[in-house]
Amino acid sequence: MIHTDVVIIGSGPVGLFAVHQLGIIGLKSEVIDNLDRAGGQCIELYPDKPIYDIPAIPVCTGKELTKNLLEQIKPFKTNFHFNEKVQEISNERNNWIVKTSKDKIFKCSNIIIAGGVGSFEPRKLALKNIEKYEGKKIFYFVSNKNKFKDKDVCIFGGGDSALDWAIELSQIAKVNLIHRRSEFRGSKHSFQQVKELEKKNKLKIQTPYQLKKLEEKNNKLILTLEDDKDNSVTVETDYILSFFGLIMKLGPIVNWGLNLENKHIPVNGENFETNKKGIFAIGDICTYPGKLKLILSGFHEAALATRACFKNARPNEVYKFEFTTASKEIHDRLGITKKD
Amino acid sequence: MPKIIYNDFSGNQKEIEVPNGLSVMEGAVRNNIPGIDADCGGSMACATCQVYVKEEWLNKLKKMENGEQDMIDMAYEPKKNSRLSCQLIVSDELDGLEVTTPLKQS
Repeated sequence: MIHTDVVIIGSGPVGLFAVHQLGIIGLKSEVIDNLDRAGGQCIELYPDKPIYDIPAIPVCTGKELTKNLLEQIKPFKTNFHFNEKVQEISNERNNWIVKTSKDKIFKCSNIIIAGGVGSFEPRKLALKNIEKYEGKKIFYFVSNKNKFKDKDVCIFGGGDSALDWAIELSQIAKVNLIHRRSEFRGSKHSFQQVKELEKKNKLKIQTPYQLKKLEEKNNKLILTLEDDKDNSVTVETDYILSFFGLIMKLGPIVNWGLNLENKHIPVNGENFETNKKGIFAIGDICTYPGKLKLILSGFHEAALATRACFKNARPNEVYKFEFTTASKEIHDRLGITKKD
Repeated sequence: MPKIIYNDFSGNQKEIEVPNGLSVMEGAVRNNIPGIDADCGGSMACATCQVYVKEEWLNKLKKMENGEQDMIDMAYEPKKNSRLSCQLIVSDELDGLEVTTPLKQS
């Protein structure tokens, strides 16, 4: 069991700043995120789009913001638990027990949910009965490419994942790249490579087609593809790889007994505590009168919620408000104390 | 104030007055129109506010940016008349615009 003051769920900008705010007031935190890296929506949805409303930063991209936030929390040497999802929480004598999908168990006095719009999951193919093929013949990510050796593989999607895997797998498998239009949004360079491979008959590109029907016959998938004029073609394949990006789902949070309002967690506007003592929700996932879904509002919520965490984590101590400019204690925590 | 006509997948129709300058997505969210998730809040980053635009309105809409078409690639059952409702800004010219929300957004 891992003991800490605060478990933070979500490593988007607001979760990362909560690490900072906890760090400077001397509380320890552990961060859990369903993805394999920090940054949340900033990294998954708009890594290269400019953001213009972070105070004192005229412009920065989602990637840059994440990089700087990670830099800012370095002194606190916080543990990140990536590729893990919080499954269950329970209360035990004023502490929260948090259990993840990898069976890690945390004991903490506070939980901060900074989960954005939910955890990111691959967008699934929109067909009936798709579940019975998922993980067997239909995959949303590649864990072992040798599985596809000498097999027919249909790759759906127009982004970099689709292009990159088409290029990679064309060396060992019979690849059919299928997309709803002839333009691909992935990198130009990859698209050119795919075009060249097509010329050399190393792979096939089928556009503008979408998957309409799926059947199974003699251990093969029979796909019916339709173009935008309702003409259809049939394709036989062993496997489908589907790359339609990520979608956000609230997931197990809905089972934790928290109040929910239209996929958001209502909190009080004073310290962003939920209906459960010691559980706070900040950033896009929370709602209260006047809520703005801005990164800067999330930062403010992080500052206030973390001070409230102090009261639960250190019931016998008095929280002392200090400025980072002047406090020696904060400087110690940041590791910048000058030695005389 | 321009009226926007929202149809949902099961055929229910609602006519809503949406102030100029708001997006068709915001008009839906503020009036609890079902079928529009708008997870990213209107930053053209998630494709969960997809609507099907009634054919006769397609040419009257502002042309799609590349980014919008890219996002529609990932939408649930995109069609020729798919648009992201966060990118459709209401104006007097769009008075009477009719859109249909898909069965689901993801």
